Amino acid sequence: MDKMPKWADVILIPLISLILAAILSTLVILAIGENPVEAVNLMVTGALGSTYGWGYTLYYATNFMFTGLAVAVAFHARLFNIGGEGQAMLGGLGVAMVCLYVPWPHWSIALLAAMAAAMLFGAAWAAIPAYLQAKRGSHIVITTIMFNFIAAALLNYMLVIVMRPAGSQDPATARFPEAVHLPTLHEMLAPIGINFSKAAPANISLIVALLACVVVWALIWRTRLGYEIRAYGHSETGAVYAGISPVRITIVAMLISGALAGLMAINNVMGEAERLVLNSTEGAGFIGIAVALMGRSHPFGVFLAAILFGFLYQGGAELALWTSIPRELIVVIQALVILFTGALDNMVRMPLEKLFLALRKEAN
Amino acid sequence: MDSFLTLIQVLDSTVRLATPLLLACLAGLYSERAGIFDIGLEGKMLMAAFFSAAVAAVTGSVWLGLLAGIAASLVLSALHGLASITFRGNQLISGVAINFLAAGLTVLIAQDWFQQGGRTPSLFAGGRFEPITFPFAETLSGVPIIGPIYSELLSGHSILVYVAFLMVPATWWVLFRTRFGLRLRAVGENPAAVDTAGVSVVGLRYAAVAICGVLCGIAGAYLATGLQAGFVKDMTAGRGFIALAALIFAKWRPWHAMWACLLFGLLQAVALRFQNIDLGGIVIPVQAMDALPYILTVVILAGFVGKAIPPKAGGEPYIKER
Repeated sequence: MDKMPKWADVILIPLISLILAAILSTLVILAIGENPVEAVNLMVTGALGSTYGWGYTLYYATNFMFTGLAVAVAFHARLFNIGGEGQAMLGGLGVAMVCLYVPWPHWSIALLAAMAAAMLFGAAWAAIPAYLQAKRGSHIVITTIMFNFIAAALLNYMLVIVMRPAGSQDPATARFPEAVHLPTLHEMLAPIGINFSKAAPANISLIVALLACVVVWALIWRTRLGYEIRAYGHSETGAVYAGISPVRITIVAMLISGALAGLMAINNVMGEAERLVLNSTEGAGFIGIAVALMGRSHPFGVFLAAILFGFLYQGGAELALWTSIPRELIVVIQALVILFTGALDNMVRMPLEKLFLALRKEAN
Repeated sequence: MDSFLTLIQVLDSTVRLATPLLLACLAGLYSERAGIFDIGLEGKMLMAAFFSAAVAAVTGSVWLGLLAGIAASLVLSALHGLASITFRGNQLISGVAINFLAAGLTVLIAQDWFQQGGRTPSLFAGGRFEPITFPFAETLSGVPIIGPIYSELLSGHSILVYVAFLMVPATWWVLFRTRFGLRLRAVGENPAAVDTAGVSVVGLRYAAVAICGVLCGIAGAYLATGLQAGFVKDMTAGRGFIALAALIFAKWRPWHAMWACLLFGLLQAVALRFQNIDLGGIVIPVQAMDALPYILTVVILAGFVGKAIPPKAGGEPYIKER
């Protein structure tokens, strides 16, 4: 018998964790002498009060959907992929190569090719840690952390020495050709009469991210592979007994995870910057951890959490612009969300379980 | 003589750069030997770096700064203990949260206190750990070979450098020659056995996490008040993770940890001094030097060069049988 109803597990616990994180964030804002109500107002108008704000919120949310899904898929196999950052960096490298070195006739074909390259590069970067975990038992958390740093060094090398156009001081690639420019929400919504902000970076990648949410949902809950991944995540011995190969599941789950993280590059590299710059991922790989934890590793939860973090990111940027609160406030909020929804989960869960057990006893 | 002097200078900066790595690495050693994974070394160092620099800047006393740094690091340790020991949460997730908490809070508080874009004011005399000159260092510096080694390499570091290197035998002695150390190691391998013997698993693990906090505190304080003069945003720059790498490289043993940290310190020192290295036509880019500690760690983890086996109960919360 479950200790508490399903709705409590799915909705109540994340909600309480979120409220705790919000209370502490409020205290932080108070402690640095700012007005929390004003801060929230500013964040809401800045992130949701205009199509410009929405455009940025959705742009960030697109990144976080990809990285959140990446972490979530690995979580289902009880693997902690902390290397989304590095995999997304490599995805960017793949996208840049496809966009720069192949003359594409139309953005749609270029997008498909860039998606393939991003997924391939991201998955390749996850493949070595996955193999080492599956075959040699090296802890995947440590190897993926190391691969983040190796990716940063590799990107640095590629951008400073190999891909930087001659005569440029900037450690970045050349601008992608006009043909691979992805339609922004402004261009997509203009024909149907909606005037969306022209300056906002949200683009067609958002649709790809939403599709990815659906595909991951179908994969995890509607396919044999998804069942095997979940079975392995619940109990390794049980899965082995059922004839599921741990090596195969570990590697496949990590490849999917890496591919999803890499796929983020179509948004930030191809959609927004239209060239590959240093630190193009801006920590989105790590935010994926918070997003997956808060979304309870369910694609719909990831979608909601990604929108929330998109809002926090854009709202935080507005705060930094108009008040003396630095952008790092968002990093603190992100840490609190990870802390309460991830590490201190039992702190919220244990009293609730007791409460529900007591209520049930009374009812009987 | 010139190349010899260059060598001495590189080794000298190796020692400086290895010091924070070594302190953090030993910190992780205590924690992980007790079965608590700690990927929050980076965050604890960063927090300690900020508070030590901030307090040293305000009070003008580097010792008060050191205490503040240790206290700040201990607070994060307590949080890690609460999450991973008391509430039996995921230790890795807790570590990630602590890293972000430190990265965000340090800049937030620095901006609030000093309004200098997330840094502390530069520290002057009294606010920094001054180099200690060994006796006769000046007079002996003229002696060939031994002179520069004594006066440049061994003498002239701040006290925390010597503390760090003295911590190596101390850690070895505590872990392998005391009852506390035996129990600490046992709790990382088989907590149930320790519990059966009537020793508190929770108490031991909290003790290990606290020692880890103190050492990370010293490491952070050294960064901000010894190696550099003040705190700047993200000044740990991945050192906590290099320390973690060194810990694995050393296979969780104190003396090996020292050699691993010196090796990684040497890589940093060489990268700092030479940038791109030209080996007769083949240029080793500086980025390769940056990536080398991590690549070496992956190779070691892969078990191709001697297998690194972590403490058996590492990462597992202990649930007492009822």
